[in-house]
Amino acid sequence: MNARFRRLTLAVLAAATLGGCATSGNSRDPIEGFNRAMFAFNEGLDQVAIRPVAQGYEAAVPTPVRTGIANFFGNIADVFIGINNVLQGKMPEGINDFGRVAVNTTLGVFGFMDVATDLGVEKHDEDFGQTLGRWGMGSGAYVVLPLWGPRTVRDTGGLILDLAADPVANIRDVPARNTLIVTRLISDRAMMLPADKVIDEAALDKYSYIRDGYLQRRRTLINDGIVSHDYDDE
Amino acid sequence: MKWLIALCAAVTFALPASADEIAPDTLVKNVTNEVLDILRKDKDIQGGSTRKVQDLVETRILPNFDFQRMTALAVGRDWRQASPAQQQALIGEFRTLLVRTYANSLTAYKNQAIDFKPFRSAPGDTEATVRTEIRQPGTKPIGLSYVLEKGSGGWKVFDVVIADVSLVSSYRDQFRQEISAVGIDGLIRSLQAKNKNPDAPVKK
Repeated sequence: MNARFRRLTLAVLAAATLGGCATSGNSRDPIEGFNRAMFAFNEGLDQVAIRPVAQGYEAAVPTPVRTGIANFFGNIADVFIGINNVLQGKMPEGINDFGRVAVNTTLGVFGFMDVATDLGVEKHDEDFGQTLGRWGMGSGAYVVLPLWGPRTVRDTGGLILDLAADPVANIRDVPARNTLIVTRLISDRAMMLPADKVIDEAALDKYSYIRDGYLQRRRTLINDGIVSHDYDDE
Repeated sequence: MKWLIALCAAVTFALPASADEIAPDTLVKNVTNEVLDILRKDKDIQGGSTRKVQDLVETRILPNFDFQRMTALAVGRDWRQASPAQQQALIGEFRTLLVRTYANSLTAYKNQAIDFKPFRSAPGDTEATVRTEIRQPGTKPIGLSYVLEKGSGGWKVFDVVIADVSLVSSYRDQFRQEISAVGIDGLIRSLQAKNKNPDAPVKK
């Protein structure tokens, strides 16, 4: 743990203590005070650093190149999506994902082109958090992590496994690794830019909007989209 | 102005005499394609006119939505406690909010390809979900589904599910939170404030 990280932890803890009294009594969010403080911290960081860089990237890099970069990282992710599908016992999906990697790495020139999607081989969305959920682990409380944002306790465990298995984070050459990690972060953030205005102008309370959206989405993802929304007036 | 005339003409011809004969998937497909076509071609919209997008949503998309039902579902159990005047105010403000949200989403994603997923329904169904997907490089496409109900005026949308998140449900907690803190009138006031000044920094 280096000094910078320790300072960050301190700042976060201080913010959490100060914001500790705001709760709306949502049963899925027992540490709402802490989470709101962390959310504000992440939003601040995004506003001063991550979003401006992503906007610059969007302005400077032409769309086909940005698409290529997003595809490149998407191709690396497909390996792990495949592994997670296999771990969840979904063999046909797993084979589909490895097929995507094979096609995109060769025909798609190291993944810069997503030939597989054009051929009708669908992309999936899986991660270790979903695998744990599929294995029957309950989601636990909602937590907002510094930098990574919304998770549940289970998804935090999943994230640790995701990071441990992430090929980009495991590259030996430190400058290359860091460049790739930052590029991926910016590329991911740039793709989210169109959603910013939509969310800001739609949410009455951005914190609960994001929280409820996250929890709903995770539930659907774990069930692979088979969830009927509940329209009872209670 | 020419644009408006063209739109009126399009609307007049696009709306058939008996609306209830259109299948829900056809309805969604026609409206989506038509609106996206306008969005991609219109010069003012390309130049960033949100006013025009909102007009487009208002005239072309909204007639296919059931706002009474949407608002009642989003407010949840407190809906029955609201007076008719409060209910009308809630419907009006929620409508404005959704028009803006929808217009913003359309503008943000107008250049992405939209795929329509296969639609299944039985003849007697009164509820239907029409699934579409917005393609994005490097990630799984964003799902955009419409939940419709068949009423006397034909099929009407009462929920939009974006990226697996139901629009109606995602407002339910915010509304409940607001009502338990400041009451129904308080919620109406917050919605009014939000609609008057959508760009204002939101509560964190």
